[in-house]
Amino acid sequence: LYPGHIPTSPLQKALLAAGSAVMALCDPYRHDMVAVLGETTGCLALTNLRDKMKNHPEGYHILQERPRIRLSTLDMTRLQGLPDGSLGREYVRFLEDNKVSPDTRMPPKFVDDEELAYVIQRYREVHDLMHTLLGMPTNMLGEVVVKWFEAIQTGLPMCVLGAAFGPVRLSTRKLQVLATELVPWAIRSGLNASCVLNVYYEQRWEQPVESLREELGIFPPP
Amino acid sequence: VYQVFESVAKKYDVMNDSMTLGIHRVWKDILMHKMNPSPGTLLLDVAGGTGDIAFRFINYVRSVREHQLQRKLKHHQNLSWQEIFESYQKDKFNSLGDSQVVVCDINREMLKVGKQKAQYLGYSEGLSWVLGNAEELPFDNAKFDVYTIAFGIRNVTRIDLALQEAYRVLKPGGRFLCLEFSHVSNPLLSRLYDLYSFQVIPVLGEVIAGDWKSYQYLVESIRRFPPQEELKAMIEDAGFFKVDYENLNFGIVAIHSGFKL
Repeated sequence: LYPGHIPTSPLQKALLAAGSAVMALCDPYRHDMVAVLGETTGCLALTNLRDKMKNHPEGYHILQERPRIRLSTLDMTRLQGLPDGSLGREYVRFLEDNKVSPDTRMPPKFVDDEELAYVIQRYREVHDLMHTLLGMPTNMLGEVVVKWFEAIQTGLPMCVLGAAFGPVRLSTRKLQVLATELVPWAIRSGLNASCVLNVYYEQRWEQPVESLREELGIFPPP
Repeated sequence: VYQVFESVAKKYDVMNDSMTLGIHRVWKDILMHKMNPSPGTLLLDVAGGTGDIAFRFINYVRSVREHQLQRKLKHHQNLSWQEIFESYQKDKFNSLGDSQVVVCDINREMLKVGKQKAQYLGYSEGLSWVLGNAEELPFDNAKFDVYTIAFGIRNVTRIDLALQEAYRVLKPGGRFLCLEFSHVSNPLLSRLYDLYSFQVIPVLGEVIAGDWKSYQYLVESIRRFPPQEELKAMIEDAGFFKVDYENLNFGIVAIHSGFKL
């Protein structure tokens, strides 16, 4: 259906979902397992997301044009030159501080609809922007917080599982901060915000992060 | 095929255990028992990558050697201590009894993993590692007593060439042994086996090794491989005599054997 697509039977999807869930818990560095879990369990959620996008002017645009966020499509020097506090500048800062790159996202393999494959690809590429908007780093704590937000926003079972089981590996002190401050904030923001996949980020690099937060309905991070 | 094994090398052993639920170890043990090597045997293990057959060979020959020594000592009951000590000293230097195994593989990564395993498990003498192609072996004629290829011949493009090479490098009286996936004739078992192969194995490949495609290839290559009788005929064509096969697990795996006379 699309390059990289591996058709799978329902039994294979079930086995993959179970196997990848276990593997992702045992070895948190297996990002490919998290990706596989998302693809094999996300059918319903992805369809919902796609429909939300279709019904929103900006989301519809994204589905039509299918922009991809990767180092080759981003003009890093231009983004770095933008004023502090703008989406572009803060996004680049996030990438540099945490030493991550948008090119490390796995392409989908097990989604059986090529439009939905794009939706999950978009979700993965926008994940770093979520970090920027939420002001969360890429350590275990930050990732869990972002997962909570994404779980509310997307309804992807992988996010829900990640949000629920991620904290298992955190120390008690961090768990406290998580439970008392961060998660409630993430949930409130997630519920309040409009669909984050409906934002054409590539056209909004100059917009200040604060204003984008307000527009979306994300409360300021604690 | 090369790239498949490059990516697969490090997780090879883990995957083997998961896919066969550890039964591959039993299959390899049976192969070794069938071979029944005596000390002084020179073995060539082709496509032997991570060393499973080679290590079993060394273990087997060592234990045979130990039994030999024990029997010898029993016979020496009425010798003086000095004489016993001397004969024991002589024998101690060949705990393997001059047996040797050469592991040959076309893939550098597999050999690397094999060497690391050997170090880790403490195998040092009687073992050598050679990079080579089964269709064109880097050895002289009539060098080896036994030639084995375990789960490797399936990946050779020209099986007939590999068989000819096997014939060439074996000494007269030498034995050819091939352990490979084969055909299941029982229809019910065949269905179950297919189900397991196509549904579960690629999933295991994805989850454990992060590589669906290589294991999909594996399952398909097993189906394309010639069945027992056909392989027997091919081995006979290469010049081997007394060619026979033994099915293990109803034909999921078969050991083919032939002699160069």
